[in-house]
Amino acid sequence: MTVEAARTPGTLQRVLIYAVLLLAALFFLMPLAAMVFTSLKTMPEITGAAGFESNTILTPPQAPSTEAWGTAWQSACIAVACEGLRGYFWNSIVMVVFAVFFSVMFGAINGYVLAKWRFRGDNIIFGMLLFGCFIPFQIVLIPMARLLGFLDMAGTLHGLIFVHLCYGIPFTTLFFRNFYVTIPDELISAGRIDGAGFWSIFFLILMPISLPIFVVAIIWQFTNVWNDFLFGASFAGADARPLMVALNNLVNTSTGTKAYNVDMAGAMIAALPTILVYVVGGRYFVRGLTSGAVKG
Amino acid sequence: MRTLRRYLPQLTLLPSLILVAVTVYGFIALTVVLSLTRSKMLPRFDRWEGFSNYAKVWNHPRWEVAMENFAIFGVLYIGGTMLIGLMLAILIDQRVRAEGALRTIYLYPMALSFIVTGVAWQWIMAPDLGLERAFQIWGWESFRFDWIKQSDMAIYCVVIAGVWQASGFVMALFLAALRGINPEILSAARMDGASAPRIYWHVIIPALRPAFLTAIVVQGHLAIKSYDLVVALTRGGPGYSTELPSTFMYEFTFSRNEMALGASSAVMMLILVTVLIVPYLYSELRNDR
Repeated sequence: MTVEAARTPGTLQRVLIYAVLLLAALFFLMPLAAMVFTSLKTMPEITGAAGFESNTILTPPQAPSTEAWGTAWQSACIAVACEGLRGYFWNSIVMVVFAVFFSVMFGAINGYVLAKWRFRGDNIIFGMLLFGCFIPFQIVLIPMARLLGFLDMAGTLHGLIFVHLCYGIPFTTLFFRNFYVTIPDELISAGRIDGAGFWSIFFLILMPISLPIFVVAIIWQFTNVWNDFLFGASFAGADARPLMVALNNLVNTSTGTKAYNVDMAGAMIAALPTILVYVVGGRYFVRGLTSGAVKG
Repeated sequence: MRTLRRYLPQLTLLPSLILVAVTVYGFIALTVVLSLTRSKMLPRFDRWEGFSNYAKVWNHPRWEVAMENFAIFGVLYIGGTMLIGLMLAILIDQRVRAEGALRTIYLYPMALSFIVTGVAWQWIMAPDLGLERAFQIWGWESFRFDWIKQSDMAIYCVVIAGVWQASGFVMALFLAALRGINPEILSAARMDGASAPRIYWHVIIPALRPAFLTAIVVQGHLAIKSYDLVVALTRGGPGYSTELPSTFMYEFTFSRNEMALGASSAVMMLILVTVLIVPYLYSELRNDR
């Protein structure tokens, strides 16, 4: 807004505003700083051993070392295997690629139909789909475990991809439907007069202008699937565990002294892909978040 | 062939509809049925227990703790994110420099997994090496911050981490709403000689009503579903002092082989979400187009 009325702050007020905003920025950045710093330290520095007495969680590393990153990546022990996070990282990548691709494709077509091929009861169907965005997934865990067993996908990456597809469709449908509703119907009827059918309207007329919403949906799904823990913990067997489950195991089952630097390096490895996506596509990320609140 | 073409749009919806019908609505129905049986480790549909499972869950000391924590967490998480989010949105809307950078900083936690957030805050709140030690070294020697180890305070650690993660999202919602306010209303208020705080209090904040509603509904349902954060931050502990409905469900279903009780607790979670969501969806869709 441009509210001249409500915003003619004086100098003192300006200073106060910036002070509060800066303080808030420090609060939000502090955990990231603590993670990065700790991941680059050695254990004596972290525990404040001799020579590092004045070290705190927020002191930058005196002699930055990437050793903990190496350990977290390839040799940290998670359950019985001491091969680091790399295998789980790969699991997450595969899971994300397929889950995102299919859920976005289904969502695009669903959204297209619900917005441009209205039929009786379509709003009810949309509402029922939407409800799927909000359910607590605890309500589906037990039957889904059975279904995956029945489909012979228990414990596998395929099974996990299937689960993310099922519960991703409501979100992607929402995004595309709300986007296509804003496209003038004339565009569709003009296409029909020119003889375009259901599919050619979608691929030739709508697809070319849908890039922004594809980016929104892809970022949303990528972030959600990558960050998921509940489904991974419930359905993935030892070979199919996604990164978040492995990270949680790494941090919470370590025996002996806790290697905080390795824990933090692991957390950073798990966080970097989504942070990267956020930094590159921030605008679309925000759009997904705010339109995830039902209305586009 | 002609009928096929005529119903093509509906047909393309069909695969998704079947998937959702089965994996959302079918599964909800199955879980409800399970909650009425005596299933332990495996689902069994031959021995019925009826609603007494719900009574068992409701009277279970762990569920009591879970509900109490849910109330504390729900109120403080929603309240905290709204307060910080609204404040940041209003301040950022004062034509400040580096708005983009500030917004990016406030919102980046939303890109993180709750597991990462939990791991980071577990480290920050670790009494021996985390913030407590930092403040002591900086000169405040009597500083104590060991909530995460205290059963009556640990839930507030979950609140802090949750508020840290989600305040930026609420800020984004409010900021979008602020920028959507009709400037004419504001200049009218200005003409009437209203002061800035009065304009905020009487004109702007009331105009943010839809954003408030959205924020409450979204944050509320997230509070009910919260699971990962507690697992990574406190493992539900010390003891079971940070138990939430979600951790109760997981514990009883998968660790204790009390599937029927787990299903009952899941149904109660669903009821909570439904009470919150259905009126909201109904009003949103009814006003649509």
